[in-house]
Amino acid sequence: MTIVKNDDKIILIIKTKVPALLDKTKRQPLETVVVRIAGDSGDGIQVTGSQLSLANAMQGSDLATFPDYPSEVRAPVGTTYGVSAFQIHFGGRDIKTIGDEPDVLIALNPAALKTNLERLRTGGLVIIDTGAFTSRNIEKAGYEISPLEDKTLDAYKLIKTDISKQTLAAVADIGLSRKDSLRCKNFYALGLVYWLFDRQRESTYAWLQKKFAVHKNVANANIAALDAGHAFGETLEASSDLAGYSIGPAQMENGLYRLVTGAQTMAWGLAAAAELCDRKLVFASYPITPATPILHELATLKDLGVVTFQAEDEIAAACAALGASFAGALGVTSSSGPGIALKQETISLAVSVELPMVIVNTQRAGPSTGMPTKTEQSDLYQAAFGRHGESPLPVLAARSPADCFDVAIEASRIAIEYMTPVIVLSDGFIGNASEPWLIADVNDYPRFGHEQIIIPEAFAPFKRHPKTLARQWVTPGMEGLEHVLGGLEKDHVTGAIAYDPENHQKMTDIRAQKIAGISRTIPDLEPDQGDTTGDIAIVGWGSTYGPISRAVTNLRNDGKAVSHVHLRHLFPFADNQDELLDNFRIILVPELNAGQLLMMIKATGRQNLQGLSKVSGQPFMVREIEAAVDKILEKIND
Amino acid sequence: MTDTLAAPALTANDFASENEVRWCPGCGDYAILKAVKKTLAEIGAARENTVFVSGIGCSSRFPHYVNTYGFHSIHGRAPAIATGAMLANPDLDMWIITGDGDGLSIGGNHLMHILRRNVNCQILLFNNEIYGLTKGQYSPTSHFATRSPSSPSGSLDTPIDPALFALGCGARFVARAVDTQQKQLGEILKAAYEHSGASFIEIYQNCPVFNDGVFSPFTEKASRDDFQIQVEHKKPLTYGSENNKGLISNQSQFDLKPVTIGQDGIKPEQIITHDQTNRTLAFLLAQMSGRDTPTATGVLYNASEPSYEHVVTEQVSKITARAKQRPEPARSGINDVLRQGFNWEV
Repeated sequence: MTIVKNDDKIILIIKTKVPALLDKTKRQPLETVVVRIAGDSGDGIQVTGSQLSLANAMQGSDLATFPDYPSEVRAPVGTTYGVSAFQIHFGGRDIKTIGDEPDVLIALNPAALKTNLERLRTGGLVIIDTGAFTSRNIEKAGYEISPLEDKTLDAYKLIKTDISKQTLAAVADIGLSRKDSLRCKNFYALGLVYWLFDRQRESTYAWLQKKFAVHKNVANANIAALDAGHAFGETLEASSDLAGYSIGPAQMENGLYRLVTGAQTMAWGLAAAAELCDRKLVFASYPITPATPILHELATLKDLGVVTFQAEDEIAAACAALGASFAGALGVTSSSGPGIALKQETISLAVSVELPMVIVNTQRAGPSTGMPTKTEQSDLYQAAFGRHGESPLPVLAARSPADCFDVAIEASRIAIEYMTPVIVLSDGFIGNASEPWLIADVNDYPRFGHEQIIIPEAFAPFKRHPKTLARQWVTPGMEGLEHVLGGLEKDHVTGAIAYDPENHQKMTDIRAQKIAGISRTIPDLEPDQGDTTGDIAIVGWGSTYGPISRAVTNLRNDGKAVSHVHLRHLFPFADNQDELLDNFRIILVPELNAGQLLMMIKATGRQNLQGLSKVSGQPFMVREIEAAVDKILEKIND
Repeated sequence: MTDTLAAPALTANDFASENEVRWCPGCGDYAILKAVKKTLAEIGAARENTVFVSGIGCSSRFPHYVNTYGFHSIHGRAPAIATGAMLANPDLDMWIITGDGDGLSIGGNHLMHILRRNVNCQILLFNNEIYGLTKGQYSPTSHFATRSPSSPSGSLDTPIDPALFALGCGARFVARAVDTQQKQLGEILKAAYEHSGASFIEIYQNCPVFNDGVFSPFTEKASRDDFQIQVEHKKPLTYGSENNKGLISNQSQFDLKPVTIGQDGIKPEQIITHDQTNRTLAFLLAQMSGRDTPTATGVLYNASEPSYEHVVTEQVSKITARAKQRPEPARSGINDVLRQGFNWEV
């Protein structure tokens, strides 16, 4: 690995060679591993997790991460509801999920142990900071006796050490206060993890030096803690039979990579779309968990001409986006379920006036406030059917953090080419999860929205393109084409207010036909994995892509005739969807809701359907999908 | 000698659309439409650059009756839609048409925020103190005890005063006008147009069907002069059929006191001179009830501050200028953004 310093930017360049291991012979090779770091919300768990992600990425491992943090901003220290966790699955092959169960749990206090231990695989490794296991903290976590003294940890391997004390010792010379010194203990734990999996520390050094460029002693203290944790691992190696593990690089396509969350790629995809159609991006939003990071990301792109607007409420955000589109910008609004509900009247107006607009829904567990930081896919009905009147619109869903970039561009293209609002479904998992991304080149994407030729003499606001049925996007400032838009029903050509019964029938039909016709731009559906015929097709959408994909790989390795069909287009469906699904005996539809896609496919007349529903706020485990498949196979093979 | 081929100036009629106006006969809206079209001609508005955005209600039909760009949107949301449009294209001449229900009931929140942000636009709030389009229910500006189909025994809601609301929201331009007082209305519309930022104009608009004559005490010819004070910048706050009434400062009450010049030793120089940049005075004028004191019309407050789009644009220039000063090449597009930060080559 080489570190190149380019002004204040630090770029790390590595070639995917396995770095020379200190002691290859003793380390036990692992294909993949799942590590979960848990501690108090003030312990810097998310920072620790992102550094571990980066170190892994730099070493050529594929990975998937997910932060699991509480809704409370700063819950009381030491309580179970104040526990913040970060899970990472990394390894030497392609990683599609965050892993069903952790192999390693780092618990920085008793509450973290209490709330996370049951996820750990039996026989897994627990790393504990005994310094945080004071009688007060043990009591706060709800343990009657210390879990270090009873049978709580009998089923696991254990490294227990006083991380707090050792961190204080490691940073003693730097001269920070005791409180600030203790804040380095997450990096001590990280150093130990780096030793455990033979990860290199350079990327973390570089990050710390940049992050604390002004407060150099803070950077130095964290580096000292990181090194001390790593050194502690080496002494473990000498004094016990634990020799650590080795993890190889994954086979990845050549190119330039970075770690991304779904919120970042969604934001960048929208900005890229604005470039591709040569329009200003006006992004209007109101803060709501877990959608807000998209607003944060776009707010840093003002120098590129991106306009972000934090509106007074969800309705105003939707209206401002539509107003921006009315005036010729790419108007985008974003929220989560409850906020989308508030925007629906405006979205209906966008359907009626036929203006482009993109609405991003980062779904969370509902109804109502529900569980804001937990993921769910329960807004599919709301997206497809959630307005008043006959108001169809296209619905697309992203399947992973990296996929958000492409979906944002496609949604914007459809919105402009078809002059329609488009809903993009993401979710809390995709928005916050991170994975390595082969950085896209905007120049590889087709430009769109440049084909408009307007002849003033022949112009009428609701004349349509013969093929797409889209009207023209004529905006204030264009001379000689002045007209009024509105929510009242319009004459099918002139756009003048019209109550004529036949006209309303006609306009309703045209609006539906226009949206149905979008399926012509959707590529034919093909199995993502597996054959075009078989016993079972697992049909999924959105963030369940990863677990379904891994399950299908495993099932096919076991010789089972299972295919994975993933839907990006949820309304309208791809034209050949029905035809493809006809070739399977059973269609299994796993969803993080009570069966919404299941119902939508049922509505196409299909009978051989089976749902797999989960609404616990947690993603699917691979084994849950495998079990559902095995059960069906048992039945049909009887 | 060569003449440049200037387009002929547009007249008020040139701003009329082909649509048949469908307000009730005698509706105050006709007079407002007339004044707006005349103003558009006088200010030399460009049709293609002028936009009328409205919500829902009788007044919100307005965009259909002018032949500029228009958006007849949804109930209460015109300010939010207009804000988005101005962010997309700050060069538009934006007019928002709303009513007492649209602007102060369902859309009160958006009205508050467009005013405090100071988005460059003219907001014409047609106040008829009643819901017209839904057939006569009481509105947020209706007097206490208004009898209506939804309040047969009298309404129990305390009304809100639009001008006071606007001042409270931090509006930098607040005026009151009367539908039938065309000269004053025209002057106010022009002043509002010239003001950079959100200009709020409450227009007392008579609804002959559901609330006829509700403003008569201070708008009818017979009583107008004694019960309405038309304020003008730098002119004394006098009124009355003989122009011998005026407002002095009632210092013990921090209030304005109506007086008659010559009575109780009141001298003309005691009468306050209107200062449209004085926000406190604007509040005092706006809160005069119209019972013991006259109702104030005209430009109550007019203080210039940069508009929202202006500060938005200015911030972008600053950010861009700062980026140019950095040693690394400035990013020119999203491709550059994607490649910034930590990345690695496989």
